[in-house]
Amino acid sequence: MTALLVADAISKRFGGYLALADVGVQIRAGDIHALIGPNGAGKTTLFNIISGVAVPTAGRIAFQGQDYTGRRADQVLAMGVARNFQHVRLFPGLSIVENVMIGCHARMGSLLQELLSYVRLEPRAERDARDRALEVINFVGLQGRIAMLPGELTLVDQRRLEIARALASGPQLLLLDEPAAGMNPSEVNQLDTLIRQIRDSGITVLLVEHHTRLVMAVADRVTVLSAGRVIADGPPSIIQRDEAVITAYLGDSQ
Amino acid sequence: MLSGYWESVITFAGINVLMGLSLYVPMSAGLISLGQAGFMAIGAYLSAYLTKLGVPFPLAMAAGALAAGIVGLIVGAPALRIRGIYIMILTLGFGEIVRVFFLNFTPTGGALGYSGIQPLTEFYWVLTACAIALVAVWRLRHSRMGRAMIAIHEDDLAAEAMGINLMTVKLFAFSFGAVIAGVAGAFYAHQTLYIDAQQFDFARSATTFLYVVLGGPANPLGPVLGAVLVTILPETLRVVQDWRMTFFGGLLVIAAIWRPDGLLKPLHSYR
Amino acid sequence: MLLQQLVNGLMLGSTYALVAIGYALIFGVLRLLHLAHGEVFMVGAFAGLMVSIWLSVGPLGALIGGLVVAALLGMLLELIAFRPIRHRGGNYLAPIVSSVGAGLVIQEIMTKLFGAEQISFPKQFESVVYQLGPIQVSDTQLFIMGIAFTTMFALHVFVTYTRLGTAMRAASENIEVASILGINVNTVVLLSFGIASGLGGIAGVLVGMNFSSISPFMGTDMATKGFAVMLIGGLGSIYGAMAGGLILGIVEVLSVAYLASSYRDAFVFLLMILILLLRPRGLFSAGIEPGR
Repeated sequence: MTALLVADAISKRFGGYLALADVGVQIRAGDIHALIGPNGAGKTTLFNIISGVAVPTAGRIAFQGQDYTGRRADQVLAMGVARNFQHVRLFPGLSIVENVMIGCHARMGSLLQELLSYVRLEPRAERDARDRALEVINFVGLQGRIAMLPGELTLVDQRRLEIARALASGPQLLLLDEPAAGMNPSEVNQLDTLIRQIRDSGITVLLVEHHTRLVMAVADRVTVLSAGRVIADGPPSIIQRDEAVITAYLGDSQ
Repeated sequence: MLSGYWESVITFAGINVLMGLSLYVPMSAGLISLGQAGFMAIGAYLSAYLTKLGVPFPLAMAAGALAAGIVGLIVGAPALRIRGIYIMILTLGFGEIVRVFFLNFTPTGGALGYSGIQPLTEFYWVLTACAIALVAVWRLRHSRMGRAMIAIHEDDLAAEAMGINLMTVKLFAFSFGAVIAGVAGAFYAHQTLYIDAQQFDFARSATTFLYVVLGGPANPLGPVLGAVLVTILPETLRVVQDWRMTFFGGLLVIAAIWRPDGLLKPLHSYR
Repeated sequence: MLLQQLVNGLMLGSTYALVAIGYALIFGVLRLLHLAHGEVFMVGAFAGLMVSIWLSVGPLGALIGGLVVAALLGMLLELIAFRPIRHRGGNYLAPIVSSVGAGLVIQEIMTKLFGAEQISFPKQFESVVYQLGPIQVSDTQLFIMGIAFTTMFALHVFVTYTRLGTAMRAASENIEVASILGINVNTVVLLSFGIASGLGGIAGVLVGMNFSSISPFMGTDMATKGFAVMLIGGLGSIYGAMAGGLILGIVEVLSVAYLASSYRDAFVFLLMILILLLRPRGLFSAGIEPGR
């Protein structure tokens, strides 16, 4: 199977600090691909580069064979790569359904159509976006709360809402940054199910996670970063027995 | 019927409501302008120049509004790179440049001012324009563009990551606001019949800012309430005669302390 | 000729710098655009006028009068118009509204007291003109520059070498951290208002001496220029405001001398916008984030 996303020889330097050194990752279509590593390994930096929020100092990154290094985050989303945020970043003044509708914007056509629909009293694109948003809200299990504000949700539900917002953009690749943070075991189980459902609906998932049990349970493939370098890459069963990984995790393991 | 005096007070209140809405739009995208008087001046001078040439008022107004909108795009472009207080000072500078320009621009009177403008502003047309602008701003809130504006205001990084093109939305917000200010300027010129550059100074921009912040910057009715209060209050404070600005200023201080988030709460808190 | 213009520009700019330092101090500590600061500057000018008429104490006495009255007024504003909002945890825009309100009040009271017309500021000097090589400098000009630069130097010494001054600088870096470190934030803010307003008062008296006339509306123009200067120098940076003020004074004088004089304010703001675009944090940034 060909790779959906190829990150090739990525380096990222912040001043004198090398956060990523020559990192290469390939994500196969249809996989749940986990990215793990100790704190400060460069996971979030890589994540930001893949989603267009940060630009690599060196290296190329391609999606479906197309190089998109240096594109803006909104262009990356339009290409089909959506993300959540490790520290939840919802729009506090927009209702839950409106937050998710923001995710639909990328699929709502041009600005000209937008202005025309604005003049009409019942714009179709708006209705479609709302329907799509409701569908995704049901999918993540937030139905019945669409008129609430994000601040009225628990942190766990806010994480679900962020996933819904990302899914609403109709991505081919979903990037999840520590979605299990702050969840209790039963919530982690629900998340496990949700991630599998997302994958089964045809969306490839890149998962950055500290929660080793979740990673080993859902991931088809695992890449391990340590101090800005890839130290292992393979199926979970192999990774679990990898000497370098065990060494890197000593003192930082769960 | 209304007396001529109240008719004129209502007309000015309406013009100020338009100014308030003209700032409300960019402010809901987080772009605070302290130069709205500059856009108003462009609408005022251009429309007055055109009606003097015999162009019908609505057309002249449209031209003034369009010109203001185009200048809004030009001013908005640098605002893409900077944020917050920097935009406030950038737009303050823009407003001053426009003022100095008209102070020296002899075809429209320069320092002597521009007089002999025809009395074409009817107060019911001003009210109609206010109603249209308010409906437009209200509907904007429930459109894709309006949602995107709020998203940018609240978290521009997350907004961009969710596919929103910051440039398009910010430029739209700035330019749409400028168009409304241009309309306000056209009404203003054909009401006062004499305009000069000093009428579009920083004080006017600051007062416009006041309408929005006093009334409530997260509620489309906020700038309306703010503009009406700020216009009508000094008139009704005639009881205190010569000290009305003192009373008015004192009330502003009290309002800011009593309701720091504006008199009207954000729209989403009324549910 | 050019040298002469530079000297004139430095003199004009030194008064801008004093006003802009005031903005920078207040902005540094509170992130507040103090829209009544121009009014404080104007009140300082009138206080200087009254002191020199009533007490006939000479130029230094007038300066001290302007300084003290303006400083007291500034601290009063902080206590009445800004501190209550801060204590209620209000929106960051609310203090701007109350500063506009306070400015209106001050302006009307001053108009009632002194009328809306220009008032002539009593001559403090003999108008002796010294010839220094190619440059001509009057005693008034020398006094203005001398006072302005001495004041700036004194401020530099204060913020560098005194405990309170260091506390002020710490608070302008990060007010929350400063309060955790045991700095009494209210005192520091009050002090910043006092110093900022006092400098504004001195500038008011100096401008009065320079142009020989003052009016209750002289603050409006100075207020917008003070913003421009603060921005050119870098938001919240005292030294940036000093340098920015001098630069602005020189640009203004040169644009009057060599370009169209009536457009000089436009040049000032064009320069500001250019700097804003090329160096968004100002020429001498204090490193303050553009933020909200």
